[in-house]
Amino acid sequence: MTRKLILSLLAIAASFMVVAVVYAQSGYPTDDDVNRVAKQLYCPVCPNTPLDVCETKACQDWRADIKDKLAVGWTDEQVIEYFVQRYGERVLAEPRRSGFTSFVWFLPVVSVAIGLVVLAQILRGWKAKHRAAVAAPTAQAGDIPPEVLQRLEKELKKIS
Amino acid sequence: METVTQTPTSAADERVRPNPWMRAGRWIAFLLVAGLIALLAWGVVKANNGPVNSGLAPDFTLTTFDGRVITLSQLRGQVVVVNFWASWCVPCRQEADYLERTWRQYQDRGVVFIGVNWVDTDKEARVFLDEFGITYINGPDLGTRIAQAYRIRGIPETFFVDKAGQLRAMKIGPFAPPELENRIDELLKEQ
Amino acid sequence: MLYDLGYFALVIAFALALYAACAAVFGAAGASHLHLQQAQAQVQVSSPAHADTYHDGALGARTKRPQFVESARNAALVVFLLLTLCVLIIIYGLAMLDFNVAYVADVSSRAMSPFLRVTALWGGQQGSLLFWAWMMSGFAAAVMIRKWRRDRELMPYVIFVTMGTLAFFIGLSLFITDPFARLWHNPLTDEIITALWQPRGMMVFTPQDGQGLNPLLRHFGMIGHPPTTYVGFTGFVIPFAFAIAALITGKAGGDEWIRTTRRWTLVAWLFLSIGLVLGGRWAYDVLGWGGYWGWDPIENAMLMPWLTGTAFLHSMMIQEKRGMLKVWNIVLIILTYSLSIFGTFITRTGVVGSVHAFSKSAMGPSFLIFVAVTFLGSLALMFKRLDTLKSDHELDSLLSRESAFLLQNLLFLGITFAVFWGTIFPMISELVTGTKITVGPPFFKQVTGPLFAALVLLMGIGPLFAWRKQATAKLGKSLLIPFAGSVIVTLIAAFAHWPRHPFPLALFGLWLVSLAALTTLFEFWRGARARMQSQGENFFAALGHLMWRNRRRYGGYIIHLGMAMMALGVVGDEFFKAETQGTVGVGESLAVENYTLRFDSLRQYPGSDGRDIVEASASLYRDGEFVMTLKPRRDFFVTQQQPVTVPAVYSTPGADVYVLLVGWEDIGRSASTFKIYVNPLINWVWAGGITFIIGTLIAAWSSLDDKRAASYVIRPVVGRAASLSEV
Repeated sequence: MTRKLILSLLAIAASFMVVAVVYAQSGYPTDDDVNRVAKQLYCPVCPNTPLDVCETKACQDWRADIKDKLAVGWTDEQVIEYFVQRYGERVLAEPRRSGFTSFVWFLPVVSVAIGLVVLAQILRGWKAKHRAAVAAPTAQAGDIPPEVLQRLEKELKKIS
Repeated sequence: METVTQTPTSAADERVRPNPWMRAGRWIAFLLVAGLIALLAWGVVKANNGPVNSGLAPDFTLTTFDGRVITLSQLRGQVVVVNFWASWCVPCRQEADYLERTWRQYQDRGVVFIGVNWVDTDKEARVFLDEFGITYINGPDLGTRIAQAYRIRGIPETFFVDKAGQLRAMKIGPFAPPELENRIDELLKEQ
Repeated sequence: MLYDLGYFALVIAFALALYAACAAVFGAAGASHLHLQQAQAQVQVSSPAHADTYHDGALGARTKRPQFVESARNAALVVFLLLTLCVLIIIYGLAMLDFNVAYVADVSSRAMSPFLRVTALWGGQQGSLLFWAWMMSGFAAAVMIRKWRRDRELMPYVIFVTMGTLAFFIGLSLFITDPFARLWHNPLTDEIITALWQPRGMMVFTPQDGQGLNPLLRHFGMIGHPPTTYVGFTGFVIPFAFAIAALITGKAGGDEWIRTTRRWTLVAWLFLSIGLVLGGRWAYDVLGWGGYWGWDPIENAMLMPWLTGTAFLHSMMIQEKRGMLKVWNIVLIILTYSLSIFGTFITRTGVVGSVHAFSKSAMGPSFLIFVAVTFLGSLALMFKRLDTLKSDHELDSLLSRESAFLLQNLLFLGITFAVFWGTIFPMISELVTGTKITVGPPFFKQVTGPLFAALVLLMGIGPLFAWRKQATAKLGKSLLIPFAGSVIVTLIAAFAHWPRHPFPLALFGLWLVSLAALTTLFEFWRGARARMQSQGENFFAALGHLMWRNRRRYGGYIIHLGMAMMALGVVGDEFFKAETQGTVGVGESLAVENYTLRFDSLRQYPGSDGRDIVEASASLYRDGEFVMTLKPRRDFFVTQQQPVTVPAVYSTPGADVYVLLVGWEDIGRSASTFKIYVNPLINWVWAGGITFIIGTLIAAWSSLDDKRAASYVIRPVVGRAASLSEV
């Protein structure tokens, strides 16, 4: 893991030359720049609190850290990647769409899709049954006394 | 309105016909619910678990702030004190000075102190180390892996590893003299 | 001692709840058998007037030992009285500041107003759990008083389920989080311990002052939110108990349990809705992040039963009108109740990390057993009784109210699943890969957003569909005007805002919302117009009569309107929210959108409730014109060492300007840091919430009308029609 970090740090360092040019014009990062990045992160110690709204001393330090890193020309993505390396994946507000966490994304989509298919099948089945029922003789005489039927109809009219 | 009366026969036919899909569905439903309960059970156990406090100390490799690489399992034969801290943690400030003093006192007697800097910024961590003049090994816990292995609940938390690499004691909260000396002396006496 | 008395009351309540559960089942044992034969013998139709004699006559035969059931019922009523006593004793302790009681020392303090001291009843684990049990026993007692004559066959099992559940919750209070435990001091070790009885060698310990309620909870939203949420959560136990009773007695194929519980479900659902709205308002006012919903696990846990409850309220109509979906309704109510139990579980055991969780407690294992028994037990019972739930499913046309409801159900369950999955996934991830992850708002918004959008569309056009079959031409006709209207609204919005906010998705959202709102309004208009023509009334009289005659339907429409208003607020908040943060000196300004905030001064002063206040004064300008002076502040609660950011808000129907004091220079106070949010349309969320609640009250009112309801209870007829299809 350390090697990974060193590699990514090297990559970041290498990209400085490119990015620095871009950021040179935009000047020193504002609080809004910091919040833009912090919004995508969660505070690594607080229970479930986004970093941009968290008020603890630790969060202030992290926001200052983001500012420092943006000031020396890191991109938003590099800052976020650094946070993941340093504090673990739990700082990401949005779980990654690759690897194991892709499950969290696709399972709801898949289940709604399956649900739609199943629902369509069920409805079709019911409709087929209705067609069969209409074709067959329905009411058997004497099943329900006519006065009850009348009342039922009245009730149904009232409630619908 | 005439469909209020339904055909009695069709329903009866259906009831006797066993449906393999339904059966599979039941099993799946039970398995899913049982799986959820198992997951919750694991969650309960995890929530009630304290930090690890016995057995072989979970091994870790730490890259220190000055670039050295330290591996716990290579420190066998020495007593190791692993202290989790952060610059923003107020009780950590209370014990910092005491930790450093104790370390200086024991450094030549086969005792290693390791400061694991838990979720902190490098900048603030270095300021903290300078402020208290801390000289023992200190490095960031990358990805909070070490903290997870030791299941720490908060900071400061300190673990004592004996010469054989066994976890012998742990302490939640800051130290006050002479707790450290007592523990370390005890572990040093062992062979 | 008073608290000993409370403890004894709790012990007796626990024993009585257990007794009631057992006695009710013992009293009814073997009854269901007899009852089936009885039902088959009772084929002749009796009129509503005879319904009571029919039941009374049947009861003797059905209930083997009626005196035990009666006794169980009395015990259940006494449980409620005993818990009331317990609650009163705790309230007394809180109000009188008896800090010897550990719970009082935890949540009450001298600096708190008497009103806040009373609300501290639900400010901590022990008190709120007792409060929870008390609410549940209140519901159970109300059911037994009101419905005793009407549903006597179901009652023994209703008692069994409610009292069994209640016994569990009282047990938690009794054995794990005792609200009556007191503080004791050990003079030898100088330790303070918490125990009910005086341990040997220890002295009574009474702290000078208590910790006081968590400062974040000192807000009207948080005062109203827990009780309403608890009413919602505990209220679902009633429909659940009836469903289980109907399953046990084999009567679930009939519609009695649906009819009996419709109002209870509506009441529980209403309170859950109020709880959600209040919770959102609280978050907006107190948590200081400019939003009202953070997709935190515990917020989700509250949303899920509401979602499935909504699905249930709709699909029960299909069973009422068409006798279909009997299994599905049982599934939905079991799911709803299970989710509210699940929500309580994760809130109180700390298995997921959340901002709102109670402090950790030892109730995890026992609660888990309860969850397992409830989930698996109801699932097994349902599968066992599946054959009694046969109903003939027929569908005349795919274009019908039935299909619309089913699609709606699917969407609601889809959202529920997404929310559920996102809530538990961090646990799964940690279990499987060992990596802790966060599933935050971006996930929930992206996954549930499209589903919610589809729901809004369905909410707009669904009510136009007729039962059985909807003629396409007629649908087109009734949709034409609202559709044209919504397109016009969207176009106007597009022309007005496009240069500044080029968001096609937002316009799509606006179109959906306006379509839903306009079709609903058009329904009111159509109904009123028909009445105007047939009765010769003026528009308002016609509208009034129309709604009064069809409270359930038009109450539902008003709920839909409220939802559309909330959806409008959500669209505005999602797409047009603007924010900025900056540090400015005195006299300097910070600008966002067309607003400018000028920092004027900063002062520090002591406030009530033991807080130290730092307050900034700033002038807000819109397009260069002075609007008002805003005073965002930071309250520091000295005892708790906790800061609370209090926003200053300039609120209009168009947008809120929400200003936070983030920081300041300690020396000289010459510069302060502000964060400004412009939250467009956010007030529509609250207005929608209120509309929504009014609509629910209207819809629930209709069934309070007992005479009308009685005409539904032609149970021999309904029962027979249902049983005919089962023969």
